[in-house]
Amino acid sequence: MTEPVLATHGLTKRFGAVTACEGVSLDLRPGEIHAVIGPNGAGKSTLIGQICGGIAPDNGTVSFLGRDVTGLSTAARARMGMGRTFQISALAMEDTVLQNAVLGAVGARGGAFSLFRRALADSDLRQRATAALERVGLADHAATRTAELSHGQRRQLEVAVALTLAPRAFVMDEPMAGMGSEGSKRMTAFLDELRAEAPILLVEHDMDAVFALADRLSVLVYGRVIASGTVEEIRADARVRAAYLGESA
Amino acid sequence: MKREMLINAALMAGLLVVPLWAWAVDEPFTITLATRVAILALAAVGLNIALGIGGLVSLGHAAFFGIGGYAMGILASHAQTYDPIMQWPLLVEGTKVMPVIWIVAVLAAALAALVIGALSLRTSGVYFIMITLAFGQMLYFFAISWPAYGGEDGLSIYVRNDFPLLNTLDPIQFFAICFALLALALWFSARLAASPFGLALNAARQTPQRVEAVGLSPFRLRLAAFVLSGAITGLAGALFADLNRFVSPVMFSWQTSGEIIVFIILGGVGRLYGPVAGAALFITLEHFLGEVSDYWHIFLGLLLLAVVLFARGGVIGTLAGRKVAHD
Repeated sequence: MTEPVLATHGLTKRFGAVTACEGVSLDLRPGEIHAVIGPNGAGKSTLIGQICGGIAPDNGTVSFLGRDVTGLSTAARARMGMGRTFQISALAMEDTVLQNAVLGAVGARGGAFSLFRRALADSDLRQRATAALERVGLADHAATRTAELSHGQRRQLEVAVALTLAPRAFVMDEPMAGMGSEGSKRMTAFLDELRAEAPILLVEHDMDAVFALADRLSVLVYGRVIASGTVEEIRADARVRAAYLGESA
Repeated sequence: MKREMLINAALMAGLLVVPLWAWAVDEPFTITLATRVAILALAAVGLNIALGIGGLVSLGHAAFFGIGGYAMGILASHAQTYDPIMQWPLLVEGTKVMPVIWIVAVLAAALAALVIGALSLRTSGVYFIMITLAFGQMLYFFAISWPAYGGEDGLSIYVRNDFPLLNTLDPIQFFAICFALLALALWFSARLAASPFGLALNAARQTPQRVEAVGLSPFRLRLAAFVLSGAITGLAGALFADLNRFVSPVMFSWQTSGEIIVFIILGGVGRLYGPVAGAALFITLEHFLGEVSDYWHIFLGLLLLAVVLFARGGVIGTLAGRKVAHD
């Protein structure tokens, strides 16, 4: 079996009396989409926070590209190649679509301490940004203010910014959230191809998308992984059906 | 965008024409007013980098303004008494040469901004405002209790400092120096805003998580912005002291910090030429309303209220419309 690109080992996080994450171990291998599903309050956001940085686990470690990154900052993990998209779009709303994508390209270049060259006149940055926008189908909106984009387009831009980083792994927090069925289908097709470029850890509520895309699934309930396996295995798992899929076993 | 550029050009032209006219009709006081506008605008251009682009509401920029002022005061006072600043381990003498004074003022203000920024930028929001205020007040009381350089009474310089080839005692020539530095600072800050650094700093104000997620550190971006910002305000402080030929702890007071913020709000937050519009409006009001009543600040307060409630973009925003993202 190939080495996992990204893995967590016994991640545990408590907030006061609430255990948001308990002994979560999962991994992401090259070329796959590993989906994490779970009901609201299952600890998905806490898990992502610990993987991407920002939330320090009480126990356990995160390894990325064979290195223990538990003590690294979010920015340092991003520089190693962790490409993240946010559940609630975290974009510079006053800026144009292109400027948001260029921001990713600036990050990919490893620093923003060039004070004099015009960012948007820098062909290297611009090409990288435009290429990413083209891939998600936003090239025509490059000059639009981000605040004027539709919800679905913002989700696409989220992905485009991550693409500019040419990441080694994607961590996507509900990329389909709030999208119409058409947008959701297009995004599904897009992610399907994207996995060949870099594996995707996908936290998603849209079950159609999850079942269509995931190579493997992990089910999170009350901060614990109660089942992990292929789509078929999870569908057949009685505990999952009881806890999550809402069917009596 | 086109319209904003026209307004900016008109502002700068106005700031140039008024003193030239005053020079032609021999009204030196008006030239001094225009010089004040240029210098205070320069101070606010500095703050605007931190506040306008970076969203850092610093209520302590008087610290850098005062440091610039005292850099000038200390260097020039030693020069006029021929008393070296220190003799060991190396001899450092005072100077009356403006460019040297400016360099010292800029470096001293930048260093102070690095220290103050490194500590205050660990907080945000109201705490950031309070900590920067506290640093400003610390320096204010330090200046008051430092008898070597005049303490509470401040420090007078008999003759304005020198600039090679120019007669700085001639108001219009000193104005030209200040105006040129203001134009330079505006050019620098326009370049900065359009650079990758400016883009990232601007994004860090709107969405710090995103900036982190692309591998950049919002803290470092803000710290660099704070240092540049403090350095420019420090330069303005040195000029302000030279204009008045006098330095006093008032330059460090929180009212000074407040006034610099007021210029930006009046002119339009985040607008490149907002500080120029704001400072010009402020000085004009101070001059004309000040003649009518000693309590002219009441009117200023009303105007500020009106701007904050009805014209968020300040003078520039009202005239030029919504900020257009430039390509």
